[in-house]
Amino acid sequence: MPPDTATKSLPSARKPAFDWQGLLLRVASPVLAILFALLIGAVMLLLLRANPLTAYATMVKGVFGSFYGFTQSLVKATPLLLVGLGICIAFRASVLNIGGEGQIIAGALMATWFSLQFRTWPGWLLIPATMIMGFLAGSFWGFIPGILKARLNVNEILSTVMMNAIGLQLMNLLLRGPLIDPAGVAAGTFIHQSDRLPTQVWLGRIPQTQLHTGAIVAVVLAILVYIFLWRTTIGYRIRAVGLSPEASKYAGIPVPFYQALSLTLAGGFAGLAGVVEVIGVQHRLLEGVTSGYGFTGIVAALFGGLHPLGLIPASWLFGSLLVGADMMQRAVQVPASLIDSLLGLIVLLVIGSQVWSRRLATRRTIELAKKMEAKS
Amino acid sequence: MNELTTAAIIVGILTSAVRLATPYLYAGIGEAIAELSGVVNLGVDGIMLMSAYGAFFVALNTGNLWLGLLAGALIGVLMGLLMAFISVTLKAEQGISGIGLYMFGLGLSSLLFKTTIGTVKTITGFQPIKIPLLGDIPFIGQILFNQSLPVYGAFLLVPLAWFILDKTTWGLRLKAVGQTPAAADSLGVNVDRVRYVGTVAGSLLAGLAGASLSLALVNLFQENLTAGQGFIAVALVYFGGWRPLGIMLGALLFSTVNAFQLWMQVLNVPIPSDVAVMLPYLLTIFALALTVSRVRGPAALNKPFERGAH
Repeated sequence: MPPDTATKSLPSARKPAFDWQGLLLRVASPVLAILFALLIGAVMLLLLRANPLTAYATMVKGVFGSFYGFTQSLVKATPLLLVGLGICIAFRASVLNIGGEGQIIAGALMATWFSLQFRTWPGWLLIPATMIMGFLAGSFWGFIPGILKARLNVNEILSTVMMNAIGLQLMNLLLRGPLIDPAGVAAGTFIHQSDRLPTQVWLGRIPQTQLHTGAIVAVVLAILVYIFLWRTTIGYRIRAVGLSPEASKYAGIPVPFYQALSLTLAGGFAGLAGVVEVIGVQHRLLEGVTSGYGFTGIVAALFGGLHPLGLIPASWLFGSLLVGADMMQRAVQVPASLIDSLLGLIVLLVIGSQVWSRRLATRRTIELAKKMEAKS
Repeated sequence: MNELTTAAIIVGILTSAVRLATPYLYAGIGEAIAELSGVVNLGVDGIMLMSAYGAFFVALNTGNLWLGLLAGALIGVLMGLLMAFISVTLKAEQGISGIGLYMFGLGLSSLLFKTTIGTVKTITGFQPIKIPLLGDIPFIGQILFNQSLPVYGAFLLVPLAWFILDKTTWGLRLKAVGQTPAAADSLGVNVDRVRYVGTVAGSLLAGLAGASLSLALVNLFQENLTAGQGFIAVALVYFGGWRPLGIMLGALLFSTVNAFQLWMQVLNVPIPSDVAVMLPYLLTIFALALTVSRVRGPAALNKPFERGAH
């Protein structure tokens, strides 16, 4: 049997032996994709009259040049990992969740409001309560497109994109009114940000850095999501729905329910990303809270092979890329949007090459079968 | 408020509505053509952004609006070729490919904007041209027959697209490929080539949508200028049931809501601008919820075709 290079490998009850060759092929295609994207990036840098080697060296130095830079890559990897976990769950059910941005906002808004509202609660109670509330708010933002898909067959890509825009406007509205920083109002600056959150809700940090305990929460959740998807009935059904909705229907699995569930869960994880940004990094709600994590999370999830454990290194890689991009912008004066466009290219390359390698595998199977036939 | 100003405001809103429908029309009809051939192109917004930038950049530096429009169309074709290569040749999952294309267009257009234009600049865009006689009809003349050329073009595209899709061999072949590619293939139609043409033609129109936005509607370019209009255009295709006339009605509905919210802000109606801006997006979700379940699209939409796989 040729190595299964597709992301959607058939769920088998037990694996006969570890498929090293398959893993190698699975890792090779995204790595080649990123190398190719960086090559195109180098051409773009040349066109922008910047030295690609200097630019890329700055990026690497931005991450590995200092302890702070390294911790920053982990700070940015944390929301990517959380958003990516949700994307994994949704994509495994063949539901494309593009609504990360809106769901992050929903979680961040809830975390801000909740922790300010209950500012008298002690930290051991307020932190978990805030996280749960943020998760629920994000879930709600995912539930709406989820239920619309399940009940009315509304295309979830379009509805989640619309929910992003609605979430953004809702945040703007609240940051100009009910949630606006009273200090800004008093000073007459009216900066569009919230009041500072009570200190007991702040997540613990490594001194002198922004690296907070949310990173650990994210990694633990990645392992839990892995167990959920591969070791529980609900997870098995979610994956079955993604592999073949028709077969699942015949097997008696309520397909729309699991599609809605996967989008709701996806929203929850993105909402949690919003929570940790607010209580871990910024300590207040700022306008640019999403930083595009909703989209970068998709890239990370695809890159990690839609596998929660593959997602851990993938989100660190893209977290590093974002830190490097900031550094490049400051040192070589190349806008960080260069990296944004490369992220889009990486999506195209990963998706394109996956199908390519799947076709190669199919061709090999056919050839093998023909050879066997010729022998007999 | 007296009757005269009320009438003037209504005419103003409707004139804006007709104008603002332009990008929805180009992009929506383009997307319908691509989808009828079996390819969902969700990168429309990214294509529009790139074309809006390219058209504006060329017009700003040459002073020639027509060259700008041409650049926009050309960028649309190039982005369309990329989308077609990935979704038709490589048979990739179309939904996520489109999102990749969108991210690419969004990132690249803001990169180019920052490096080649820098700050928000304005140009003198396409000016309204009054059509003789028709333009003199009270109210209606002002609303319909005193618009710029890209706006007229968008509305002329509606009957043109209807004719091409319903009355020509080319259109029928396109739809056959989107419905039953295997049958079309057995009749000697080159499925992949038809899908390439459909995707590229659709992207060309998305390019015109972007160019009309920066050259005839707002006369400037800034980061994320489209603010999701490309995605709304895709939703309009569902709303309009893949028919040019239906898409036009949807486009007008949306642009009227848009014009209404813009005028509410101008007239200082005490509604927060954020709520007003939210309206079109909310409307999109409602429109999708109301229409999607009862309209049937091309049967082979979003399904890559491989010979012998069926």
